[in-house]
Amino acid sequence: MKKTIITVVGRDTIGIIAKVCTYLAEHRVNIEDISQTIIQGYFNMMMVADTSNADLSAADMSRELKALGETIGVVIRCQHEDIFNMMHRI
Amino acid sequence: MINIFEVHETNQMITQENLDVRTITMGISLLDCIDSDLDRLNEKIYERITTRAKDLVKTGEDIEAEYGIPIVNKRISVTPIALVGGAACRTPEDFVSIAKTLDRAAKATGVNFLGGFSALVSKNMTAADELLIRSIPKALAETDFVCSSVNLGSTKTGINMDAVRLMGEIVRQAAEETKDNSCMGCAKLVVFCNAPDDNPFMAGAFHGVTEADAIINVGVSGPGVVKHALEQVRGESFEVLCETIKKTAFKVTRVGQLVAQEASKRLNVPFGIVDLSLAPTPAVGDSVAEILEEIGLESVGAPGTTAALALLNDQVKKGGVMASSYVGGLSGAFIPVSEDQGMIDAVNAGALTLEKLEAMTCVCSVGLDMIAIPGDTPASTISGIIADEMAIGMVNQKTTAARLIPVIGKTVGETVEFGGLLGRAPIIPVNTFGCEAFISRKGRIPAPIHSFKN
Repeated sequence: MKKTIITVVGRDTIGIIAKVCTYLAEHRVNIEDISQTIIQGYFNMMMVADTSNADLSAADMSRELKALGETIGVVIRCQHEDIFNMMHRI
Repeated sequence: MINIFEVHETNQMITQENLDVRTITMGISLLDCIDSDLDRLNEKIYERITTRAKDLVKTGEDIEAEYGIPIVNKRISVTPIALVGGAACRTPEDFVSIAKTLDRAAKATGVNFLGGFSALVSKNMTAADELLIRSIPKALAETDFVCSSVNLGSTKTGINMDAVRLMGEIVRQAAEETKDNSCMGCAKLVVFCNAPDDNPFMAGAFHGVTEADAIINVGVSGPGVVKHALEQVRGESFEVLCETIKKTAFKVTRVGQLVAQEASKRLNVPFGIVDLSLAPTPAVGDSVAEILEEIGLESVGAPGTTAALALLNDQVKKGGVMASSYVGGLSGAFIPVSEDQGMIDAVNAGALTLEKLEAMTCVCSVGLDMIAIPGDTPASTISGIIADEMAIGMVNQKTTAARLIPVIGKTVGETVEFGGLLGRAPIIPVNTFGCEAFISRKGRIPAPIHSFKN
């Protein structure tokens, strides 16, 4: 099953992970892995998620997560894993 | 599994370095719309385009959202209209009515350009070809999204100089017809030598007669990504420089291949090609000129420019071909003046001339692109510039093109604004010595010999 990669980039504040996880749980998305690091002074979080049981389309989820990010002041991107596989794996 | 640094690298390319897919272009054959009744023909064309491309824009937007990669343009190319309209059109006005139908269809499908108001006259013109060519100025003035192209020569046939002479006049008329709108007609009109059948980029896209009923072609971009990668290898050897360009081109092209496959699958239309072009935009940091300067030129146009561009173009192809199963179209670095801030600056600084641009077109795709020239440039001089560009393509067995804008009422030192992706262009000086007697000769330049290569 293809995974979805959700990234959150921005200034670290309280509750970012909670809000993203709550949204994902509400839409029946399973989080399989979370990693985080600081790159060039910014908080970077990456989640690997399984959206096969999600109650909305990948495109809509991507748009909603982007909007959610705007409300909490971070950039949230939700992307099909293939864009990274294509670029970084032969 | 993908790691966080790889994800970060990809997303940095997209958000900071202007990585995008420049266009998904759906090629649509109109050959079976041919009808001797003009009204019926127009109806069939509208119906065909709006049915085939109904979901093109929506699908593009969905792929954009799901993969997080901007897809800047969704476009359509159609069979050259001189072939489609030949049976029904008796006057240039008849062809203008088809242009208006194409424009309506483009607006109904939500695409931002539709190419294929075209004639292929590399050897000679049919009556229909000539009618279409004569209709171009009015067709472009009275439509918003229709683009026109004319293939004037090829390595196999030589150059049709009668058509070159006519196009000099047509380019001037197209400028006159749209002089209150930045001479926009000329920005939507390009002439070619060796025009490809599967080019997804405007203004020269058309759906060749060798193609299927419908096809998806994708054009990638990414000058900003290449420039950023080269900033990390300043002062290194040519080997390191070339490796860096190749690796970056590979990554950029893989994204195009992914988008092309997805669009093809979702639209149930076969995948044609990925066009490997480095296509700049007027945005800062999205410039081919800046890559050449990063390679080591004080300004694009300086001695060394042609060699640097040859290197860049070749490495982009070498990196790109492995990333895609089918590569086609124009595939090379574009050097449009108005659409590249670095080129604009170089012209303004006096570093880049028309003659140097012509030399650059010998080693890259695609030609003298989006170049504003003085409004009083005679038609014969425009034909002369076109003939020179066609000769470069013919002899070197490559695609070349010319998209020249004589800016009516303006001269060297002034600037013309097109807006959007078309940008703005400083008017460049043109050699004022004439070529009237040369252009007045009738007939065609024979095809070059294909042996004795020197």
